[in-house]
Amino acid sequence: MPTPPPRIRFDRVCKTFPGVRALVEVSFEVRPGCVHAMVGENGAGKSTLVKILAGAHPIGGGSIELDGEPVTIRGARHAQELGIAIVYQEFNLVPHLSVGENVFLGRWPRSRRLGLIRFPELHRRTQRLFGDLGLNLPVQSAVAALSVAQRQMVEIAKALSLDARILILDEPSAVLTPHELGAMFGLVRRLTAKGVSVIYISHRLDEVFELADNVTVLRDGRHISTRPIHEVNRNTLIFETVGRLLDREFPGRGDRRGEAVLRVERLSGRGAFQDVTFAVRAGEIFALTGLVGSGRSSVARAIFGAAPVASGRIVVGDDPGPFLSPRAAMRAGIAMLPEDRKGEGLLLQRPLRENITLAHREDAATLGLLNIRRERRLTRDLMARHDVRAAGTEVAAATLSGGNQQKAMLARWLQRPYRVIILDEPTRGVDVGAKAEMYQELSRLAADGAAILMISSELPEVIGMADRIGVMHEGRLMGILDNADRRVTQDAIMRLAVGEAS
Amino acid sequence: MTAPGSPIPQTLRWLITLRMPVILVALGVAAAALTDGQFAQVDNLVNVMRQVSFEAMIAFGMTLVIVTGGIDLSVGSLVALTGVVAAVVMRGTLDLSPFASITAGLLCGVATGAAIGAGSGTIVARFAIPPFIVTLAAMLIARGLAFIACDGRPVHEVPAELFWLGRGYVLESLLGRVMPVPVLVMLGLYVATAVLLSRTVFGRGVIAVGSNEEAARLAGIPVRRTKLMVYLITGALAGLAGVLHDAKLMAGDPKVGEMWELNVIAAVVVGGTSLFGGRGSITGTLVGALIIGTLNNSLNLLHVEHFWQKVVLGGVILAASLVDAGLRRLDLRN
Repeated sequence: MPTPPPRIRFDRVCKTFPGVRALVEVSFEVRPGCVHAMVGENGAGKSTLVKILAGAHPIGGGSIELDGEPVTIRGARHAQELGIAIVYQEFNLVPHLSVGENVFLGRWPRSRRLGLIRFPELHRRTQRLFGDLGLNLPVQSAVAALSVAQRQMVEIAKALSLDARILILDEPSAVLTPHELGAMFGLVRRLTAKGVSVIYISHRLDEVFELADNVTVLRDGRHISTRPIHEVNRNTLIFETVGRLLDREFPGRGDRRGEAVLRVERLSGRGAFQDVTFAVRAGEIFALTGLVGSGRSSVARAIFGAAPVASGRIVVGDDPGPFLSPRAAMRAGIAMLPEDRKGEGLLLQRPLRENITLAHREDAATLGLLNIRRERRLTRDLMARHDVRAAGTEVAAATLSGGNQQKAMLARWLQRPYRVIILDEPTRGVDVGAKAEMYQELSRLAADGAAILMISSELPEVIGMADRIGVMHEGRLMGILDNADRRVTQDAIMRLAVGEAS
Repeated sequence: MTAPGSPIPQTLRWLITLRMPVILVALGVAAAALTDGQFAQVDNLVNVMRQVSFEAMIAFGMTLVIVTGGIDLSVGSLVALTGVVAAVVMRGTLDLSPFASITAGLLCGVATGAAIGAGSGTIVARFAIPPFIVTLAAMLIARGLAFIACDGRPVHEVPAELFWLGRGYVLESLLGRVMPVPVLVMLGLYVATAVLLSRTVFGRGVIAVGSNEEAARLAGIPVRRTKLMVYLITGALAGLAGVLHDAKLMAGDPKVGEMWELNVIAAVVVGGTSLFGGRGSITGTLVGALIIGTLNNSLNLLHVEHFWQKVVLGGVILAASLVDAGLRRLDLRN
């Protein structure tokens, strides 16, 4: 039997944006019915390539073949007709419509005479689709009532409702808990068993090794390699992605912990968490982990005065909290980098300069009057110190890569010394190279005596970085694991995270 | 359409940046040509400036409000209310010196505007009620109070010296009739608010609140106080305009200021400030106000019928916004 033609053949695909060569003669093949992972740093060209495939960008040069036939993808509609489905990082669901209405958005079955929506038929079709995909979701409830993971399932179902032969998942795991991730992997495997090819973009190498059959590395818009997953290992993948050897993923640090700087005592927030007690010492990295929705971020926000506290105490040095506003928390010496960089951290359309000086713009002002030249100099210094790479101080924050955006957030806060630094998912959406730099920076801050509270769902990162690890489950702190020797196992953390007592 | 990727020539770039002033100049030249130069005469230009100045000074405050993502519909009614309050105060203090009487009226008018603005601002900042609704209510309340404060009759008993504030000229003996008092006040406020928005710690907070309120809060910006302040400032500016308008009419009239809120918003939007917040400029607003003033004036000079004037004005506001949107998209793409 002759081997079937590749599902997709990229042949010398090029794309140029003003000032940037996003893709340079990229050629590789994706086989039918397999999971094809794509890795690379932000800006390596992964998103551009899949956007060309999905019809969001016109191809700049070269050609694409689907199942042996050359195609010219004319737009998003045409890509759908060709059987290419894409699920973007940002969801495109209408929160107040039902699951069924969202899956068939704009393609609702109508009654012949009045053109009214036939809801029973809509729900039947949705149910059938979910049945095929092995999904168990309430078709009639509003999307707003679903968890993030369920919304993602709806988004995937929506993408597949048009009989796709190619499904593109762009960082689908960023918002999922390990358990939900398992369910998504299951769905992906059922799809590949049916012959669908899945292109899987992720920064998390663990997932790539678990799920993918083949892996392609892109760097600076060029194709570096495409190989079966069993022919590569973690280090070669990192090396190819970054283009240089990283010293070590997690920098080592001597134990120089001082006295407790942040003390949280029997803290409860309305509904979100109860009776949380821990302390973070100077020079220590304390990680707070647990499943999404376990209350980790709510605790962080409560400490920073950004969410209400029902009862309990927060003490920073000698300053008694709880703090009524982020402003008050800042005065007490707390800084926080929020989880959702774009939604809660940056002014995306404003210049980088305004973003970096936002929290301490007084430093560039005399009696409330800003000196723009001084502000620019301050920004340039901070950018150099924290290695924020951008085309100047005046570019919009939205134009930076995820890693540089996060470094800009760090630069914003490190303009002044803070005793307590809270980082909520500091490496989400950040590529391998920038991640390593972020870890270096955190280690340096701890070494300089800051108390660091890091919230993270990535267990390798938690274990690699933290001196102690607090694990939350349904709003309660289940236990604190001592990790001074970096020997805590993922298993031990997961047991606490799902509610088993230590 | 420029193909994506091809660079935009430098001249076109300048045109994009300076689009509004260019439109203003083009309109002015067209007006002068169509009116045989009548439009461009100094008397007429001075007149246009004076007519524009009342709404422009309010529009500077409105720009701050809109940059935070808000809106203030009460400014027209506030002009009436503060004008009446000032006139009533001046009537009550007529036996003092004219200077004292006018000062008392001015302070009371401005304070009334600031107080009602602060009220709207507090409610907007404190409760999750859309500013549209809050200031719609304030608009009705202020209009009603304006009639109540004077029993529905205009108050004419004001000091004769008030005339100078509305119709007088600065250094008339030296310069002649080139700088009407309201115009100087407006230009002063232009400089002050432009510096406030783009060059102060407070103004940066205003932009941040409008760009991303949660990010602003998490960066330690006092979001509520910032919102309160922009409504307070706008109210105070409406109060100042109300008193100057008294001086123009030599009376406090509860019927004035109808539709001003819309003219003011139009000036802000034509000036390129985004109704979604986070982006805007006081200079743009001044240009926007001048564009609208130029149109009104030249249509008058051309004896265009009053009703048609409204149609033309509406069309021009639409056209300006479309051109602005198109050019901005071109700008963003590069």
